[in-house]
Amino acid sequence: MHQGSDEKREHGPDPAQFVEEVVRDYPAKVARKRLRHIVPVSPDGQCEIQANVRTIPGIITQRGCCYAGCKGVVIGPIADMVHIVHGPIGCSYYTWMTRRNQAKPREDGQYYLDYCFSTDMQEDAIVFGGEKKLKAAIREAHEIFRPKAISIHATCPAGLIGDDVVRVGDEMSKELGIPVFGFACEGYKGVSQSAGHHIANNGLFKHVVGRKDIPPDGYAVNMLGEYNIGGDAWEIERILNRCGISILSTFSGNGSFDEIARSHTANLNIIQCHRSINYMAEMMETKFGVPWLKGNFIGIKATSKTLWKIARFFEDPALTQRIEAVIMEEEAQAGVEIAPYRGRLAGKTVALFVGGSRAHHYQDLFKDLGMKVIAAGYEFAHRDDYEGRDVLPFLKVDADSQNIEELKVDKDPERYRPRIDDEKRKRLMAEGVISTYGGMMPEMDKGAVVIDDISHHELEKLIERFKPDLICSGIKDKYVIEKWGIPSKQLHNYDYGGPYAGYLGAVNFARDIDMRVNGPAWGFITPPWKKKPILEAAFGAAA
Amino acid sequence: MNRELEHATSTTNACKLCKPMGACLAFRGIEGAVPFLHGSQGCATYMRRYIISHFNEPMDIASSSLGEKHAIYGGGPNFRLGVKNVTEKYRPSLIGVATTCLTETIGDDVAGFVGEIRKKAGRVDGGPSIVHVLTPSYGGTHMEGFHAAVRATVEQLAEGGERGDRINMLPGFVSPADIRYLKEVLADFGAEATILPDLSDTLDGPALREYRKLPAGGTSIREIRSMGGSRATIEFGRTLEAHRTAGAFLAERFQVPNHRIGLPVGIRETDRFFAVIEDLSGRPTPERHAAERGRLVDSLVDGHKYIFGLRAVVYGEEDLVAGIVSSLAEFGVRPVLCASGGESGLLAGAVHALTEGLVDEPPIVRQGADFFDIGEEAEDLSPDIIIGHSKGYHLARRLGIPLLRVGFPIHDRIGGQRIVHLGYRGAQWLFDSLVNTVIAGRQASSPVGYGYY
Repeated sequence: MHQGSDEKREHGPDPAQFVEEVVRDYPAKVARKRLRHIVPVSPDGQCEIQANVRTIPGIITQRGCCYAGCKGVVIGPIADMVHIVHGPIGCSYYTWMTRRNQAKPREDGQYYLDYCFSTDMQEDAIVFGGEKKLKAAIREAHEIFRPKAISIHATCPAGLIGDDVVRVGDEMSKELGIPVFGFACEGYKGVSQSAGHHIANNGLFKHVVGRKDIPPDGYAVNMLGEYNIGGDAWEIERILNRCGISILSTFSGNGSFDEIARSHTANLNIIQCHRSINYMAEMMETKFGVPWLKGNFIGIKATSKTLWKIARFFEDPALTQRIEAVIMEEEAQAGVEIAPYRGRLAGKTVALFVGGSRAHHYQDLFKDLGMKVIAAGYEFAHRDDYEGRDVLPFLKVDADSQNIEELKVDKDPERYRPRIDDEKRKRLMAEGVISTYGGMMPEMDKGAVVIDDISHHELEKLIERFKPDLICSGIKDKYVIEKWGIPSKQLHNYDYGGPYAGYLGAVNFARDIDMRVNGPAWGFITPPWKKKPILEAAFGAAA
Repeated sequence: MNRELEHATSTTNACKLCKPMGACLAFRGIEGAVPFLHGSQGCATYMRRYIISHFNEPMDIASSSLGEKHAIYGGGPNFRLGVKNVTEKYRPSLIGVATTCLTETIGDDVAGFVGEIRKKAGRVDGGPSIVHVLTPSYGGTHMEGFHAAVRATVEQLAEGGERGDRINMLPGFVSPADIRYLKEVLADFGAEATILPDLSDTLDGPALREYRKLPAGGTSIREIRSMGGSRATIEFGRTLEAHRTAGAFLAERFQVPNHRIGLPVGIRETDRFFAVIEDLSGRPTPERHAAERGRLVDSLVDGHKYIFGLRAVVYGEEDLVAGIVSSLAEFGVRPVLCASGGESGLLAGAVHALTEGLVDEPPIVRQGADFFDIGEEAEDLSPDIIIGHSKGYHLARRLGIPLLRVGFPIHDRIGGQRIVHLGYRGAQWLFDSLVNTVIAGRQASSPVGYGYY
């Protein structure tokens, strides 16, 4: 039904030529800059790309701010804490459950996700300072809700007028006798929300992780960088539980302060979103000896592969057997269920521009569906997410990243406990099981185009030239894409669907993609009276 | 009746959005305009996200993407570069610049920046008009931002000239469907009108095969320029700051008579609106609108038995709240609590004027309220229904009563942009929706279940 996709797949535009065309319309300086962010995947998969640098003013970007990364993404989903935004009203309003990070209350009943607290800064605070009001707001929240902990988040004006949320946090901790901690995540810091992720990691590590030494029973892992959009974390938990593995804590979807407080006692950290949480994995390993592995629970094969990695890490025959059985059963079931959708979707082309991980993760799921990824890019990722962690030693720290604190972390003299011996560690690293992430680009088809922090103009050019059958993105460009008559799937909030993780999620996704791509509406866009003259003209030309 | 709350320190679940967002919405209703936020890029991203979740339409907002360095040394260079890039990429007819907390706090002189750009460009190169408005979020709600942007647009673009026959229509922040309705009414009166802003197409466009960077529709710059020569202005809003509106400016600067009336929501407010157009056009209300009013009143007679005496909580933007409350009073529903995050100081007076004589007990009016306050108060009032935007969902869920969605933002139902709130048609929609919501509730909770109601 969609515009002649068969033809274009065979005669798709030449990637190098496409790149040239895209930047042609830019002023020379902008063109030079953007050229380093738009890279066709080379035959050896070894490509260099520019990422995590400032967005050019006036170019419509999908990126958010530091505050968004800290409060909106990492800290906000922790459900049993009160999160107070110190700033004007908009900042807090815009993070009021907009990401669909779901959570269930635990036994103690503390659950504040429905709330959105703000000091609602007014002009007088700008002139006289807002710390007094912030403290009063914290006292008030404590008085009303008696939460176990409170976080404070700075916004642009808070930082500019010199309000120190970190100090206020320390003072209020002493006064109230509960953990209160501030995040200096003013919106103007860093180049995107990525800076906020880092600040959030630091704060959680300093103030929460390691607070409670309650060792788990059996195989217990933390899920890092899983935000439980649409219930993803629960599907992951279902699968792991079936294998006999429990999730000790999740950072931070369905997150709980108490669980994060004891997360350092886990056997293993599994990283889902590398971009937003890799700092935490490294710090926990250094201080407490918890190894990490990069997993991906998006896609049937990817989920199985992740489970295999976990089996190889634990090297327990009984566990491996259970994992094997779960994989066999779940793969077979999911395979049967996606088959009809796959039949209608296989061979279709897709482009993904989203997040700092999802543009990579979902490529695995599209492979399950037989769809071909022709272009991809992240919104706020760094080079290691594109090229793999091997590139880390070569990254230059620019002025924007310099200002984000790197915590100095040492071995905890009492609590450091290596989970595996050195020899096994080396072996697992060499086998690519732990401490590695290869990034997105090496796994992509040659000739696919990678575009970092894509602008509207670039997206339009891509649509014009490639005419993909589907573009995955976020809400901000979804409707632009659909005005081109091209179906778009939101991979930030899932178009309010999900879960899409794990085996059951893959089936949900296949169904949702099928209805989006093959739904009848696309066929009605051009009204009959507009179709007619074209037909006549065509006949005329033939005659 | 106007109980000023013992104000809690923290705003918990706000009932207002931020000022620059309102400005961006207003600019979106100008033909070929690109809203531009001078500040951190997160502002543009969040506001776009929010606006899009209501309208399900593209909404571009450019940003000067300031970082830490600019917060210290000023955002001038980024601003100029941003304007240049938007100009080259979009070829807009207008760039609507709104400031943010960041740039207001560091004291960037946006008027100065704009002046420089204007001077450099002159009029010759056909570059975009630039309108700027100061909208720090710590100085008002999204509604103040919206009205300030409309005022700034008129202030910076409107010219005088020979008095023409046109009418300026300043509707405030209403839905695209509302604007389409207004156009229909004005056309039926044979009145030529400039509606500013006009979101009817720009935020509710058709499905296409080829995207247009700048959506079709919106008030044209040419029309805005000639607003100083119109014969009259009609401006909606009982809670506007009288001397700071666009209508007030046009009256003062160009002596265009300003007719400020309430948002025409409900029967009497719409009657007033029609009276003004009758006056201005010299024509009687066209038959089809008279008939619409007649059918509305007839339906009230038919349906009042379902909702008479019902107790309602209403919240949202002040003028919309006033209009809805007025309608409810006409329907025989008892508004028990009217709340808004806005703080014009005028809501209580408006509600009082609009309910007087129709309700036994005037409703409690709370300005500067958040959903924590509204929830606390509502629990004591045992309401039957809540009317407002999507943010009241949690309250409705907690109280176990229905929420009828009106206004903005609506992100848990489809079609917020197609709701007609205004006129007899809007009142009809409200009445029918209200009655049907109540009937559906009774059917669902009935132990027997009736198919006739």
